[in-house]
Amino acid sequence: MSSYVSATAEDRREMLAKIGVNSIEDLFADIPARLRLEAGLDGESAVGSGLSEQEVYEELRALAARNISAEDELSFLGAGMYDHYVPALIDSIIERSEFLTPYTPYQPEISQGGLQAMFEYQTAISELTGLPVSNASVYEGPSAVGAAGYVAKVSNGRSRFVVSRGVHPHSRETLRTLARGWGTEVVEAPLHDGATVLPELGKDVSAVIVQQPNFLGAVEDLTGLADSARDAGALAICACDPLPLALLKSPGECGVDIAVGEGQTLGNRLDFGGPSFGFFAATEALLRRMPGRIAGETRDVDGKRGFVLTLQTREQHIRREKATSNICTSQALNALAGVIYLSWLGRRGIVELGELMLKRTAYARGRLTSIEGVSLLHERPVVRELALALDAPVAGVIDRCLTAGVNPGYALGRDYPEHQDGLLVAITERRTRADIDRLCDVLGAAVAAERSLSVGAAGVRA
Amino acid sequence: MSHLPENGSASERSPKSNLSDSEGLTIFERSKPGRRAFIAPALDVPDYEVDELLPAEHRRREPPRLPEVSEPEIVRHFNRLSKRNFDLDTGFYPLGSCTMKHNPKLHERVAAMPGHAKLHPLQHPGRAQGALELMWNLQQALGQVAGLPHVSLQPSAGSHGELAGVLLTRAYHEDRGEQRTKVLTPDTAHGTNPATVTMGGYEVVKVGIDARGNVDLDDLRAKADTDVACLMLTNPSTLGLFETGIDEIARIVHDVGATLYYDGANLNAIMGICRPGDMGFDIVHFNLHKTFTQPHGGGGPGAGPIAVSERIEPYLPRPQVVRRDGANGDGPFFDLDYERPKSIGRLRGFQGNYGVFVRSYAYIRSLGAAGLREVSEIAVLNANYLLAKLREAGVAEYLPAAYDRVCMHEFVLSGAPMKRELGIRTLDLAKRMLDFGIHPPTVYFPLVVDEALMIEPTETETKETLDRFVEIVVEILREAREDPDIALNAPYTTPVRRLDEAAAARRPVIRQAL
Repeated sequence: MSSYVSATAEDRREMLAKIGVNSIEDLFADIPARLRLEAGLDGESAVGSGLSEQEVYEELRALAARNISAEDELSFLGAGMYDHYVPALIDSIIERSEFLTPYTPYQPEISQGGLQAMFEYQTAISELTGLPVSNASVYEGPSAVGAAGYVAKVSNGRSRFVVSRGVHPHSRETLRTLARGWGTEVVEAPLHDGATVLPELGKDVSAVIVQQPNFLGAVEDLTGLADSARDAGALAICACDPLPLALLKSPGECGVDIAVGEGQTLGNRLDFGGPSFGFFAATEALLRRMPGRIAGETRDVDGKRGFVLTLQTREQHIRREKATSNICTSQALNALAGVIYLSWLGRRGIVELGELMLKRTAYARGRLTSIEGVSLLHERPVVRELALALDAPVAGVIDRCLTAGVNPGYALGRDYPEHQDGLLVAITERRTRADIDRLCDVLGAAVAAERSLSVGAAGVRA
Repeated sequence: MSHLPENGSASERSPKSNLSDSEGLTIFERSKPGRRAFIAPALDVPDYEVDELLPAEHRRREPPRLPEVSEPEIVRHFNRLSKRNFDLDTGFYPLGSCTMKHNPKLHERVAAMPGHAKLHPLQHPGRAQGALELMWNLQQALGQVAGLPHVSLQPSAGSHGELAGVLLTRAYHEDRGEQRTKVLTPDTAHGTNPATVTMGGYEVVKVGIDARGNVDLDDLRAKADTDVACLMLTNPSTLGLFETGIDEIARIVHDVGATLYYDGANLNAIMGICRPGDMGFDIVHFNLHKTFTQPHGGGGPGAGPIAVSERIEPYLPRPQVVRRDGANGDGPFFDLDYERPKSIGRLRGFQGNYGVFVRSYAYIRSLGAAGLREVSEIAVLNANYLLAKLREAGVAEYLPAAYDRVCMHEFVLSGAPMKRELGIRTLDLAKRMLDFGIHPPTVYFPLVVDEALMIEPTETETKETLDRFVEIVVEILREAREDPDIALNAPYTTPVRRLDEAAAARRPVIRQAL
């Protein structure tokens, strides 16, 4: 057992003497006796009674061994987080103590590394989203959608959000959770052939919230959606998948006011869902309503360029209840991985990566839909994810595929009852043609087997 | 060793100052067309026309202007940047309220295991039993520390846990048909508390503090009525003082039907000593990045799980990690429970910051019950020793304790006499500390103390480190008596010197012009 303390018995005696008390117990005299735990915490509970480093390593290794990771099977799971290749240089840089162990850069003179990295990150996000202001990141994707909703609510005070059913179900649910506190109503706009169909937008609409590409993989007519929002005097908010933005017209160019999204795909691990980061970019007009940290350029007393956290009068530690948000951290380390990743891809590389995924996904689309009992859920363009409709029970199909060592994707039924046997398949650059061919073989066999079962069952019933 | 240059600034004295300085270039300024790091995997499918797959109306006309740099340049750029950061692995970091304790290296190793790091969040529960069991165990362990039976790991940060707490309070009251409008926060509250209250749709009502630095019970009684939904309290408070009237506070709050919320920022003081649940708190948030040593990463990631009492449990966020008994002699099955009809819903995507859970779980397993208690004992011992040692060294004349009591894991000094007598402010003291190779304490917080300096040494620092800190403070005060300009113009030895923050806010430059 180690608590990583360095105080020896002699240290403790000397320190207590200096304080002028007899025991450590005396230091806790302000705590009412009724509350004091004489025996401490329960060592029989999950807290345990302490282990050596090696024993903890073995316990954590044993737990890891009971997970089937994206390295252990051929996985086409996506639906918000994706198995992209993370280059080795990212691990090497973000594991450095100088990036891993500081706090938020409250003392800029000794935090220039982190602050400059934030500034570079903000520049890269502005460039990807086509919007002039970016913060230094927020928690993650779906809560970023909620944070964007709050900016809209505070900006125009209107009473309802129109959110597309193409927005990630977790983002929609998070928005609902938060909007209950603000008293803002959330109504959903349906999808038709994979694309958002907006209802008539009244003067009570605070924001129109869409996703690009949407949850079903479809590329939306973002310009048209943003135009409709603007015509109604509402803000246009778009949750974006950052890698497809290499190929797609940027949200800024489409007339979007706030672009947010999940940053995991930019050089971050899957980590069973986190930590990652959320990006948040907006028009100049919304600069002073942005949540979270923002790094800005300035000069020191010698005229040397330097960076500071800026516009802090928006923030909770100064503005308290009048702050633009309660968010007081960014996801600095994850955003750092993001800007390293974008630098690694570079101006041409990000397009090459995007086109490779586009073409492999197109190949998969063609091959998968040639399988009997498999069809497209929509005909919209897709970049690296596609939605299929199976003419067979999806749960059974997935089980059969898993048995064959292939995780074919995400079953849509929980989130989209209208697509009870829908399957969402992600094709990252890690999935080769041979992988896609294997998916087609395994999925084809699984669908055929399930269909023969149900035909058989129908036959019995008949 | 002198920490003061003979004359002029460090940069003026640099013998290479007439050479072009590439040190501070951004990654964008290092870009040159034709350079690259990334090589795409070979195209192994037909070379479709991009225009046919993606109609021109959806296409970006120009590639995003990301830097064009080679791998060696990227590595060198970011390694150089790293050297312009001060970090916890290098030196003392007594930043009050932030609990900058050692980050054990084992945690990075176990978190990077592919079974943890490369696990997809939508993997079927049956194929993620290790992760779900770890989360279940962490829930149990945190519940034990808090003295409360139910835990949700979902919130991503302390502020996110606070928001969860306020939304849970709303759901609890609404379920009982009650509409409440106000949330009480003491004057000593973290700035996040009032901001959270506003985001949760409540009005903030401040409660004063008494002469000993504790919540003013008379003021609390006067403001506690049936419009009050919740009292958000940090205990020990941001003054580093235990709320001695906690039993009475809990009684007052519960008598009007409100919930009592525990901001866990200062939990490092009381682990295994006492428990928020036993004090009457209904909802507690933990900062895994403070108490449970997730590295801060320069400002994130963290995690802010919450523990709650029975009456709040039905409203916890979903999904919730649950343990189901195995059938036919099988072991237990760990699952994600979405069927929670009274749940406030999700606060974020997926299941929370699992990578943080792995590290904090490893920490708890390493320490165990006795180790966690020792953490708090030594954290409190170190703080009181440092306070006594500063007092003995004569520092109290210029920097007296805001409240002259036994402190918990941190304490607050006031620089008001120093400002008056020596003409240097707390800010100047902090800036001068940078030249001595330590991170300054938190400054100008809490707001109730004039020229506040908030010091939290944590349990992992040695007595020698604390003694050295005292020597540094004594030396800076000695210098200031002779020449206040030394502190007023500090720092001198840092990569940049004092930065013009006002100019940065007046005309914000928050991205590179490309």
